[in-house]
Amino acid sequence: MNHLRYGRATFLLELVMIAVAVAFMFPVYALITLSLKNPAQIAEAPLSPPAPPTLDNFAKAWSSAALGPSLMNSTIITVASLVALIALGSFAAYFLARVQTRLGYGLYILFLLGIVLPFQLGTIPLYQLINNLGLIGSPAGMILFYTGVQLPFTVFLYTGFIRALPREYASAAQIDGASHLTAFTRVVFPLLRPITGTVLILNAVFIWNDFFTPLLYLGGSGFETVPVSIFAFVGQYVSDYGLVFAGLVLGALPIVVIFLVLQRYVIKGFSSGLKG
Amino acid sequence: MSVTSRSGSPPTTGTPAGTPAAPAPRRRRAGGRFGAALSPPWLFAAPALLVYALVVLYPSIAGVVYAFTDWSGIGGDMSFVGLANFRTMLGDDQALGSIGNTVLLTIAIVVVQNGVGLLLALGAHARIKSRTVLRVVFFAPVVVSPVMIAFLWKYIYNPDPHAGLNGLLGFFGLPGHDWLGDPSLALWSIAGMVVWQNAGYSMVIFLAGLEGVPVELHEAAMIDGAGTVQRFRFVTWPLLAPALTINLMLSTIGGLKLFDQVFAATNGGPGYATETLSTVLYKQAFVYGKFGYSTAVALVLALFVAAVSFVQIYYLRSREVAQ
Repeated sequence: MNHLRYGRATFLLELVMIAVAVAFMFPVYALITLSLKNPAQIAEAPLSPPAPPTLDNFAKAWSSAALGPSLMNSTIITVASLVALIALGSFAAYFLARVQTRLGYGLYILFLLGIVLPFQLGTIPLYQLINNLGLIGSPAGMILFYTGVQLPFTVFLYTGFIRALPREYASAAQIDGASHLTAFTRVVFPLLRPITGTVLILNAVFIWNDFFTPLLYLGGSGFETVPVSIFAFVGQYVSDYGLVFAGLVLGALPIVVIFLVLQRYVIKGFSSGLKG
Repeated sequence: MSVTSRSGSPPTTGTPAGTPAAPAPRRRRAGGRFGAALSPPWLFAAPALLVYALVVLYPSIAGVVYAFTDWSGIGGDMSFVGLANFRTMLGDDQALGSIGNTVLLTIAIVVVQNGVGLLLALGAHARIKSRTVLRVVFFAPVVVSPVMIAFLWKYIYNPDPHAGLNGLLGFFGLPGHDWLGDPSLALWSIAGMVVWQNAGYSMVIFLAGLEGVPVELHEAAMIDGAGTVQRFRFVTWPLLAPALTINLMLSTIGGLKLFDQVFAATNGGPGYATETLSTVLYKQAFVYGKFGYSTAVALVLALFVAAVSFVQIYYLRSREVAQ
């Protein structure tokens, strides 16, 4: 009956779950506590609450890790990639969902192949290509990379969604004289809002946190994203845990705050998106 | 991903949230006058296809070709060497060890992450008052960069008996360990931090599955006298099959491709104890300049991912249908 009513068993389960959550948060406790201490306090008693807490680490981490410029770079790269992904992905998916030829279906399968293919296989040829295009060390190279690499998944989500939409909306507009372009942008695209939200959330979290490729393409260029800057920063101050942790808190803060504000949508996006 | 990498997500099918499950009525068949006229032009797909071909298809095909060469880097000479790279791999302790490490790490992550994720989901699905807060707490690490999580855990795994996990264990009178420095422990410590970050991801996918289990089925089973365990075994578990498929795919592919956490926490050490296929292919290319050999390692990784994907889709899909 514990499924339907708040009885003693439910209460016990509640206590167990809260205890698990407290244990789960131990690393977060260590992170925040240490970021508020100076090296002497850390050496003396690393895990006790900070007495008195200091914000010195945060001021120093902000400037040493160049977090201001990195946040700007990450934002530009993430937003531009998302715009390109949504534009290219939704247009392609509209074609793939509506076309009824074998070639069209073959093209859809070709896009799906990109979901299973590990991008590591193309790492070196792609590095060579981006280098030949003169885009190493440039945010444009990263935007091109994310758009290409995340397109299969984006096309997959959009195509599944559009297939379930009645064709009649676009047909009606076209009978009234609208072109394919107008019918899509004015009638169909606004109907895609739920899946666009999912596409946005899943791609944004991936792009914002990605590390391997920006390390290769942007390392030392002055256009580093947040994870790359934090990596370099930690390498420099590795033994000063208070300072390193203040950097980690500042680096993680923007996405954690956005997550807390939009938690319902983010969790829904992650749990439903994969079902298409 | 990191397991959160969507490049490795499975091609599953279903209906989008918030739309009717029934397929759209198709009154106009292919080839019909209106059907043909109303299908959008190829031009709609052309820009996406161009970018996809440039960034994914061409480099992947070139990668397969380079795996059979001795290419030594940009500007360097290149000639075909047949299977020489793969033969070298058989005598290379670092590369060979990395295959074993990758497989062990993946198995540990898949089993523990999904086990923990399922238990958390069952707990957070019950009628407890803190369910919303608990979901947010357990899911939160998923949105943070794996590199930053690895740096946090590097401290948690500090060998100092008063710091991190050892400090916590000491508080309860338990002995500490050199979690990342002990070659027999390091790989499992990496698995631990990955599970900590991604258990919440498995949890929300299982939760979505649990929410799809009709309450009527539980009520019917209860009337028939089924206990909690029996209801889980015969009602909940079979209906969780789609969620399980997605979770196993995501965690397996994420585990096989794992790079960020290892690179940041141990860089493959101590010795080769935590070297994975991804760290080896990175080092061979960008530290030793052996680009041909590196792409051969990447090809092995790609074959692992492809094989696992096909087996999982085939086996788990048939299980879904059977039930």
